[in-house]
Amino acid sequence: MNAEAKTGQGIGARVLRKEDARHLHGRGRFIADMKMAGLKEVAFLRSPVAHGLIRAVGKPAGAEGEVFTRADLARVKPIRSTIQLPTFNGSDQHPLACGKVRFVGEPVAMCVASGRAEAEDLAEQVTLDIDPLPAVVDARAARDDGAGPFLHDEWGSHLVLTTALDTGIDEVARTAPVKVTRSYHMARQVMNPLEGKAVLAYWDDLKGQLVVYTSTQVPHMIRTAIAEHLGLDQREVRVVAPDVGGGFGYKCVLQAEELCLAWLALTFRAPFRWTEDRREHLTSGANCREHVYEVTAYADTQGRLLGIDADITVDAGAYSVWPFTACLEGTMAARQLPGPYAFRAYRARTWTVATNKPSIVPYRGVARTGICFAMELTLDAVARAVGREPWQVRRENLIAAEAMPFTSPGGAVYDIGNYAGSLDMALGEIDVGAVRRRQAARQAGEPLVGVGFANFIEMTAHGTRAFALAGLPFVPGAEPAAVRLTPDGGLEVRVGVQSHGQGMETSLAQIAHEVLGIDVARIAVVHGDTELTPFSTGTYASRSITMAGGAVAEACDQLARRLAKAAAHLLQCAPEQVELSAGLFRGPSGDIAVSEVARIWYLKPELLTPQMSLESLEVTGMFRPKTDTGQYSYGTHGVVVAIDPATATLAIEDYVIVEDCGTRVNPLIVEGQTYGGAAQGIGTALLEEMPFDGAGQPLASTLADYLMPGAAEMPPIRLRHLEIPSPNTRFGIKGVGEGGAIPPPAAIFNAVNDALASAGVEVSATPLTPRRLFAAIAAWEAAQPGATPPVPAPRERAP
Amino acid sequence: MKPARFDYVRPRSVEDALARLASEPGAKLIAGGQSLGPMLNLRLARPSLLVDIGGLPELFQADAGADESFVGAGITHAMIEDRMVADGSAGFMPHVARTIAYRAVRNRGTIGGSIAHADPAADWLLALTALGADVIVARSTGERRIALPQFVIAAFTPALGESEMVLGFTFPSLSAGARFGHAKLARKLGKFADAAAAVIVDRPRGVCRIALGRPEGQPVLLPGLADQVAADGQPSPQDIAAALASALPELDAFERRILSGALGRALAQALMP
Repeated sequence: MNAEAKTGQGIGARVLRKEDARHLHGRGRFIADMKMAGLKEVAFLRSPVAHGLIRAVGKPAGAEGEVFTRADLARVKPIRSTIQLPTFNGSDQHPLACGKVRFVGEPVAMCVASGRAEAEDLAEQVTLDIDPLPAVVDARAARDDGAGPFLHDEWGSHLVLTTALDTGIDEVARTAPVKVTRSYHMARQVMNPLEGKAVLAYWDDLKGQLVVYTSTQVPHMIRTAIAEHLGLDQREVRVVAPDVGGGFGYKCVLQAEELCLAWLALTFRAPFRWTEDRREHLTSGANCREHVYEVTAYADTQGRLLGIDADITVDAGAYSVWPFTACLEGTMAARQLPGPYAFRAYRARTWTVATNKPSIVPYRGVARTGICFAMELTLDAVARAVGREPWQVRRENLIAAEAMPFTSPGGAVYDIGNYAGSLDMALGEIDVGAVRRRQAARQAGEPLVGVGFANFIEMTAHGTRAFALAGLPFVPGAEPAAVRLTPDGGLEVRVGVQSHGQGMETSLAQIAHEVLGIDVARIAVVHGDTELTPFSTGTYASRSITMAGGAVAEACDQLARRLAKAAAHLLQCAPEQVELSAGLFRGPSGDIAVSEVARIWYLKPELLTPQMSLESLEVTGMFRPKTDTGQYSYGTHGVVVAIDPATATLAIEDYVIVEDCGTRVNPLIVEGQTYGGAAQGIGTALLEEMPFDGAGQPLASTLADYLMPGAAEMPPIRLRHLEIPSPNTRFGIKGVGEGGAIPPPAAIFNAVNDALASAGVEVSATPLTPRRLFAAIAAWEAAQPGATPPVPAPRERAP
Repeated sequence: MKPARFDYVRPRSVEDALARLASEPGAKLIAGGQSLGPMLNLRLARPSLLVDIGGLPELFQADAGADESFVGAGITHAMIEDRMVADGSAGFMPHVARTIAYRAVRNRGTIGGSIAHADPAADWLLALTALGADVIVARSTGERRIALPQFVIAAFTPALGESEMVLGFTFPSLSAGARFGHAKLARKLGKFADAAAAVIVDRPRGVCRIALGRPEGQPVLLPGLADQVAADGQPSPQDIAAALASALPELDAFERRILSGALGRALAQALMP
């Protein structure tokens, strides 16, 4: 982008987000804000046990018409999400539990009342008779356990999916001079968008439509799903996502509660609402992330990777979510684990295991936070094994910029990037030598300092082929956008993606402005309503700015060509002679504003040729990138930590992020995405964990127990950018939604392990709780010269 | 997550509040509602009647006398933080108040509610223990005074009768020359501390108190270590370890580490030259 563009409103301009005004003034319109005559509130009775056979569900006497069970919802089909892979085991998730409950929090009965408190009163009176079964809570153990009871009896196993790929690890395993084996565990997490899930459904007699307001990232997919599951024509269903307070992947899947509320509205022709509360969110909704890795790296004596052998176990919870199934994590992990590194011998075996926990949902970063953790910690372990600086070993293993496009041993095709340049930029910001000098000069009682780096890649704007290969129920094609010039020269932009914090009401307007020169304030971006927008699979997987942004540009291009014909006619010149710049068509003998052309086209058509009136100023543009294999953003995080042994606490002294997401449409929004993602990544590293006991009971049911990072937990982050435009997209844009959340655990744990490296102590399980950190400090202390053996404590507890 | 049905009254006086409490066996007092509110929403508390004493003027009294100070039960954390009430603690209480939860909680939460809730991890429990405070309890027949350590029988179990309420707290005033230290180790700002320590050294009055707080179990005083500090000694890590082992022998290695770490920080603040 040239400097001029960056000062205006187009691509590269730091335009303040248009949508923030209503949020900052408390005028957002979320589902919980909506008012409607006769609106009834819904509470769900949820299973108190993790696994069991339902003997009976008893409705309270006199309330039979306000309490509903699976039998009442007979017309609703179960959710069955399938993937076309040979070892896949599918499952039916009923909108309300049927025959069996498979996790604590699974909806069993639906209670309706005038208010939520009264609906909860009703739920308390429902009787539930369940014969408990043993709960499966340890995926790694269940993986190798051929005995039941299984969650889904018909499988005869605990396995949702197994995959294996091997490009020839045996040969390398025989000959490699260096072999390093490690195990890693990523805790189960909960996504915690500010707004939880919410659904409001009613019947619109005027249009003969079931209208479902739902807090979703993917309104068109939910419309399709509701129609299919309730046996309706799609024209009979309208789905609206009003203001949505964050999604992070939780809201890109169909939820049982959406079907339940749709059924209520369809059956009773009245409005109903369910607002997920934080306890429901934590214990029964938004579970994610839980992976176990067993990784062996083979390297030469300089730490050059010769091969990676990874066993990946995914704790998938009870069911396959629609449409992504329970398999997205495992398949993504196997494909993407090699990350930005060049090696050839690669074996990845995955086990996706059903457990008595809420279904795993793809969270920001999807599997990549886990694989980045596994890969980057392993690289540091290799560096220590060969006695070299981790950053040097890391750098020498990176794919060279000249080698792009590069097909990874996992089968992914990386488009463009300067991975070493990213690491070098981070190394320019963090003085590794200074950390080494502090470590050498450390006096007793001083903190242990360490430095860590992590590189990451972020597959954005996935193409059709990747999804088609996986055989998912939904495969995204080319992306549409519809633009409509209004008679006063304003612009309406309609997109099927959904903006729930990404600022697309601003960034897509900037793209339209870039083409047409219409003031951003006069461009309305319409999204989140199936009635008003073209079909799209929606917002997920860092696709929207690239795909919808490209489509907006295509539509605006077509509109500009039609307008140019009219402008040329009015300026009495040939269309090739007019040039559009800053909202003005300039011809050889004069100029005319876009708004004036619009006014004439709509209101004074007699001034144009009849043919011109046949070319609408309402245009749908379609876009797909030149390559179908994903557009890869990437970057490096660098961290300096200080561990205080006296208090078993850790401080992040310095945090640097370098990233390249191609051309930045709005740098402010890119920075916001990155900071927000990094906050979630720091939460993953240090705070967030949804633990379960042996019976499958979730142990963090409020935010007092499930710790989220807050402003005070965020270190100052120094953010730097490479900006290498993609050759495959409009304007060189790539996605940036997930990258920030991917490498923080890897970089922070590498820094901790660096601080403890003199004793060979490593941490490997998220989150790094004070107890886990203390165990590592104690091991470090025990290895110091002259250390006295630790005094055995009278009563040790499990960490 | 909405409360079960309850009745609600707003009495005009302490006397009226006590009468309401006595009249209804399932009645419960509410002031700022920062602990009871979530418990109501989670339906862990199901009172039949809420007696709201949040606005009672009698509970907002405060006094910092030369010898004894008083803080009314209805005073919010924010009022103490903002020094809107008389402070006989030489700045210690305002300092502690600033570290309680978040400002939104401090705006509504009261010192009386915090102690009456008897959460062992509560900041005021540690701070008032370090100040040597007594609890003033009101009942229909008058008032009684009880030392804070005796007031908390067990976690969430205060020594309060069915129709009694906390009026406020008294403690020996500190001199202007008093020094204090206060340290909390918490996983994030606003969360209850995993380990906390408070140290008060008032040499002009010959007072030294050291208290430790933790999520499980009430605060403990370390009188031996306090004597050593009072005698102008700088305790060594071994002294701290010994005092901890004698006061809390059941701790595991991690708990020993973080409590001694918090205590080390608090001592360093209080004894900073």
